[in-house]
Amino acid sequence: MSGSLATPRIRVPRSARPGEVVEIRTLIEHPMETGFRQDGGRPVPRDLLNRMVVRVNGEVALQAELRNGTAANPFHVFFLRLERSSELDFTFTDERGRTSRATARITVG
Amino acid sequence: MQPALTRRGALGAALALIALPAGAATEGELDAAIREQVGAARIEDGGITLRAPVVAENGGQVPVTVLVDSPQTAAQHVSAIHIFATRNPTPGVASFRLTPLLARAEVQTRIRLSEEQRVIALAQMSDGSVRRAVAEVRVTMGGCLS
Repeated sequence: MSGSLATPRIRVPRSARPGEVVEIRTLIEHPMETGFRQDGGRPVPRDLLNRMVVRVNGEVALQAELRNGTAANPFHVFFLRLERSSELDFTFTDERGRTSRATARITVG
Repeated sequence: MQPALTRRGALGAALALIALPAGAATEGELDAAIREQVGAARIEDGGITLRAPVVAENGGQVPVTVLVDSPQTAAQHVSAIHIFATRNPTPGVASFRLTPLLARAEVQTRIRLSEEQRVIALAQMSDGSVRRAVAEVRVTMGGCLS
């Protein structure tokens, strides 16, 4: 239960050809505590990221609702097809409403 | 004598309460979690692939890929992928809302599995149909309680 969320780490290609399929990888450091775990006999309080929103040029491309079966340090891979240079925005939110954001740019041409 | 018994009783009750949420979900809880996501829609097998290891050494980090046969166009696409772990304390793992901006209907994630169990992936298509894939995963070290 740190004061602020870690910054998401994003791996995308720097450039792509129009219509090319690009792989997007996201990783965010987070314990994803379920509330079921015990440490030295004391229950560890629940602390979960519950949402990831990926926007491409401001439009939502993918949303994830994460629950307590998602592993610590959530890692996701998905694929976009880009027709033009794009700004990607990744926002993670935890159950207490805190957010962490990262952006990436892919030049298409 | 009486107070000691009562204390033991209270302690037992407290331990039972602590232990309760860590038990595996029941069939009813699993079904409720599935219906919460896809409603009353008929669920059919096929047209969806769920890739997971046969044996997961570390139940805390199990790589899972869900891939659905879909052109992912505005007219015909996968609108959501849901993952369920049938014997975790709570079966709902994650839901992904997809759009035609994705090149294909594929999501890779890493999940927690508390013990050997079936993992279920459901895909909700833009026409309202629902597809299912199932994978059995053996777990060497459970991922929820350690």
